[in-house]
Amino acid sequence: MLGTLASAGGGVTVGEIVETLLLRTGFNTRMVIAGTTLLGIASGVVGAFAMLRKRSLMTDALSHATLPGIALAFLFAPVFGLASRSLAVLLIGATVTGVLGVLCVQAILRLTRLQEDAAIGIVLSVFFGAGVVALSYVQVNAPSGSAGLNAFIFGQAATMQARDVMLMAVLASGALIASIALFKEFTLVCFNDSFARVDGWPVSAIDLAMMAMVVLVTVAGLQAVGLILVVALLIVPPVAARFWTERLWLLVVLSALFGGASGYLGAAISALLPRMPAGAVIVLTAGVAFGVSMLFAPSRGVVAGALRRLRLRLRIASDHVLEAAHDAGADRIERVTMREIADLHGWSAWFAWVVRRWLIGARMATGTRDGIVLQERGRRRGRQVSRNHALWEQYLVSYADIAPSHVDWSVDLVEHVLSEELIRDLEKKLAQRGEALPSGSGVTA
Amino acid sequence: MKRRTKASAAAGSGQSNLAELPEHSSDSPLSIHAMTVAYDKKPVLWDVDYDAPRNRLIAIVGPNGAGKSTLIKACLGLVSRASGEVEFWGENYREVRSRIGYVPQRESVDWDFPVSALDVVCMGRYRRIGWCRPVSKRHRQVSLECLERVGMRDYANRQISQLSGGQQQRVFLARALAQEAELYFMDEPFAGVDAATERAIVEVLRELKSRGKTVIVVHHDLQTVPEYFDDVILLNMRVVASGPVEDVFTRDNLHKTYGGRLTLLSEAAEAVARAASGRK
Amino acid sequence: MSVGPVEFDLARDLFPLAAGVLAALGCGLLGNFLVLRRLSLMGDAISHSVLPGLVIAFLVTSSRGSLAMFIGATVAGLATVVLVEAVKRLGRVESGAAMGVVFSVLFALGVLLIEVASARGVDLDADCVLHGQLETLVWFSAPDHLSDVALGDLLRAVPQEVTTLGIMVVVVLAFLGLFFKELRIAAFDPALSTTQGFHAGIMHYALMVLVAFATVASFEAVGSILVIAMLICPASTARLLTDRLRTQVWLSAAIAVLTASGGYIAAAAVPGIWGKEEVNAAGSMSVFAGLLLAIAVVFSSRHGVVVRRLRQRRLARAVVREDLLATLYRASESGRPGTAITTLSEGRAPRLVRAAMRVSERRGDVRVADGRVVLTDRGRRVAKALIRRHRLWEHYLVDEAGLPPDHVHGTAELLEHLETLPPEGPQVDPHGREIPGDG
Repeated sequence: MLGTLASAGGGVTVGEIVETLLLRTGFNTRMVIAGTTLLGIASGVVGAFAMLRKRSLMTDALSHATLPGIALAFLFAPVFGLASRSLAVLLIGATVTGVLGVLCVQAILRLTRLQEDAAIGIVLSVFFGAGVVALSYVQVNAPSGSAGLNAFIFGQAATMQARDVMLMAVLASGALIASIALFKEFTLVCFNDSFARVDGWPVSAIDLAMMAMVVLVTVAGLQAVGLILVVALLIVPPVAARFWTERLWLLVVLSALFGGASGYLGAAISALLPRMPAGAVIVLTAGVAFGVSMLFAPSRGVVAGALRRLRLRLRIASDHVLEAAHDAGADRIERVTMREIADLHGWSAWFAWVVRRWLIGARMATGTRDGIVLQERGRRRGRQVSRNHALWEQYLVSYADIAPSHVDWSVDLVEHVLSEELIRDLEKKLAQRGEALPSGSGVTA
Repeated sequence: MKRRTKASAAAGSGQSNLAELPEHSSDSPLSIHAMTVAYDKKPVLWDVDYDAPRNRLIAIVGPNGAGKSTLIKACLGLVSRASGEVEFWGENYREVRSRIGYVPQRESVDWDFPVSALDVVCMGRYRRIGWCRPVSKRHRQVSLECLERVGMRDYANRQISQLSGGQQQRVFLARALAQEAELYFMDEPFAGVDAATERAIVEVLRELKSRGKTVIVVHHDLQTVPEYFDDVILLNMRVVASGPVEDVFTRDNLHKTYGGRLTLLSEAAEAVARAASGRK
Repeated sequence: MSVGPVEFDLARDLFPLAAGVLAALGCGLLGNFLVLRRLSLMGDAISHSVLPGLVIAFLVTSSRGSLAMFIGATVAGLATVVLVEAVKRLGRVESGAAMGVVFSVLFALGVLLIEVASARGVDLDADCVLHGQLETLVWFSAPDHLSDVALGDLLRAVPQEVTTLGIMVVVVLAFLGLFFKELRIAAFDPALSTTQGFHAGIMHYALMVLVAFATVASFEAVGSILVIAMLICPASTARLLTDRLRTQVWLSAAIAVLTASGGYIAAAAVPGIWGKEEVNAAGSMSVFAGLLLAIAVVFSSRHGVVVRRLRQRRLARAVVREDLLATLYRASESGRPGTAITTLSEGRAPRLVRAAMRVSERRGDVRVADGRVVLTDRGRRVAKALIRRHRLWEHYLVDEAGLPPDHVHGTAELLEHLETLPPEGPQVDPHGREIPGDG
């Protein structure tokens, strides 16, 4: 990416970059950048709810379905005495067919046994096909002034007039304000619509409002981003934000932030470098945010997840070693014994080495030339694990009607899942039943 | 089709206790008349008549596919009825919605949703808060108290996917408490929960009863019916029998409900025996 | 040769039509398995995201229509499948959103790369990727009449796009022919399929490779939107018309061919009616596909809207008619030979009663005299059979299903109109009335 940027924009100085990013540029560029930023924020917020309602791809059908509306509005505007080049007229046409497309998806779902994916695909392709037909008709039969229509497919932020930007900003902020006002209602319907219905909320009306916000944002973004890529603004920022948090308001804020930043950076880069279509750059910026989030976010990111799993595996493995030592009553684990334990659990030589390092690193044991020697920490942990193990075995046998022969394999995982609170509860229960705890349970942690 | 017979609840089931039921249906928190529900062409519930007595804990039991959940959903308007009427305190559902609480099946939602336990409980207050207004401190406080009542206060700020199945169920229960309703519908609250949660739910049920509420619960475990509930509706696409547990929960009725499913029947027999001993 | 108001011109129309039909056929056949496995939008995602693969291959080799471009696009298609899986699984993202993220970002990359390419003076057009360029497939040296075509000339003149499409269709047909059984089981029950030794995952990727292949082969000629339409619409239409997979596959092929040729003709013919120039053929084919689907939704003999309405109405009428006969029969059982029409109309819509009466009279089931209705012998037989069904059902519901006796009438009333017969029973119903004999 950087290579292409550099090659395409050859001759751009750092000063120019800073100037553009700080909006110290021409009035028109400044308007466009501000407009797309606002658009990104609004679509981030609206898209978050669309994602939570699992309607992300419905927006794809909707945006494709706007094309015939644009062409038809252009064709028929003169009939109603309107200027066919007026952006407002074209966007009204886009809204009409876009909504019609969504209604068609719902009709197909209600009237036939086709699934949602097929319904979306059908509407998307048929409506877009109709748009292509209408566009080709317009271009051949009414060529005067129709050249700009194609711009709606891929977007053309650079040629936007201040008036167009204002319209976009009004639509986007409308959607933004309404979504924030209905935050509570949207959340309820997204999480549990049947409860909402019983609780007296008009679920279909709220769904409709949510879809209306999506329509507003889509239509607002048509000219700047283009109808194929405007869905990306609705889908990508919320998905990226989801990696960072489990709090809804934070998710929405982050999504708005990602969306806004994409709009801002995308439009700025596009203004700065020649031949950089704003829509594509905006979406790619959002894509980078997504990639970084998916890989490196601390709570749900891939790397963090892998590390967490590795740590859990190591803890379980080291517990096995400590328990084995405790049960054997030994403080010293020879290299041979270690290999036996490793074989028993199917560890590779490499993993066994990591486990050994882990034990030493956690100050459970010290390493010697021919093995490890347990320290007090390690001995205590061994006692604990052994006791947990016994408790669980007893619990499973007496409560869950699981045959004793089945217990051993299930217990190994389960003892690492238990919280301390639950263990205490379990102990009490066993004591009430008057069952003696098996050997190794005498020590209380 | 016009229905020509309008039999009253539990008639003909042998041991009806019609005398104890309120004469005026407007006293009854829930009266169902001749309700039939069909998915596509297949009828799921046939001709259900039922009047719920006030201030009782009522279990709906029956085999899988008997339409237990459907009965609740049809009452609440979540699935459409082919025929029949449902009244709450003698009135249409729309007028009395604010007096009805609901605990849906746990599987009905995506638990990976980015909200905390407290957020979910607050949803029970939304109706009181009203359109477009944020959740105020007062409502948050009430929600916290509801969490306390199900023993989940310490988990208020946990994300719901980090809770165990039983804890999730208790959060749902707390949300229903936050609704402050008079009549509760609970769809399989005991399904797949741990012992601690089961105890907590039973405690809440008893507390609700002591506050004069009526609770209708879809229940799958025959053994605990006599212990937990006052009334029972035996359902298998139709109401086989309904009324107080000690009258209705008999071997004969269970046989009619479960047919020849012998393994279940042996469990049922045990439960019936316990119910009988409880009666003495 | 002319079709309707349109002249069929060999030079202008032969290859575009052939390309459209072949693309529709290949995509339409594969679409069956996408629709069944709820993967329709994977076709959408792939056809969007082949763009960057295409452009990168183009930038590397600096030539159009080369094998490298083809490989580049196929690789991009496969990368989409893998990426979507990865985002779904590793990122715990819902599948719709995962597809949306992957294809929109890849498409954006493609759009950007096209601009970069054109900065280097290379001409690639994102528009033509979307709507294709069927119109450019002209056979310049075509003879005037079909009869003058020499096979050798024809073969030499076939454009490379059409050849590619032909190969694609052959490969798809071979794949479906060889692996139909495996595809069916993998679509129906992936776990079962894997345990039986046909690894569902491998079938999934094989299918996806073919979808990518078909997409790439098609879209240069017909554009990616038509590819999506052809992957989803014919299969969906066929699915509405039949319940059997084999029939569905054949039907979808026929519908695909019909769609492509019908759409192509309409592109010129419909604007021609008003004396206008022809419109984009690929777009017209998509619209035609939607039209056929709409017709199937409304008129399908199995699941169509109209048929369902009619069936409901017919049942409602039969119910009223049979109820009337039964009422008359019961009246005659209690010794009254005729019944006043006004009595019969009680509690029913008068319009329905009048209609039912008319039909019954025409069939000779009843006679009407002086405002009183009397059963004929024929009517008595019909009514008797009906009452028998009703009382047998009542018996069944009380004794076998355990319903209380005063509860069963309504249910039996519902059941008696169905074709299913209740099990044989005794002579007397639960209310102590006689159950009429058979016949």
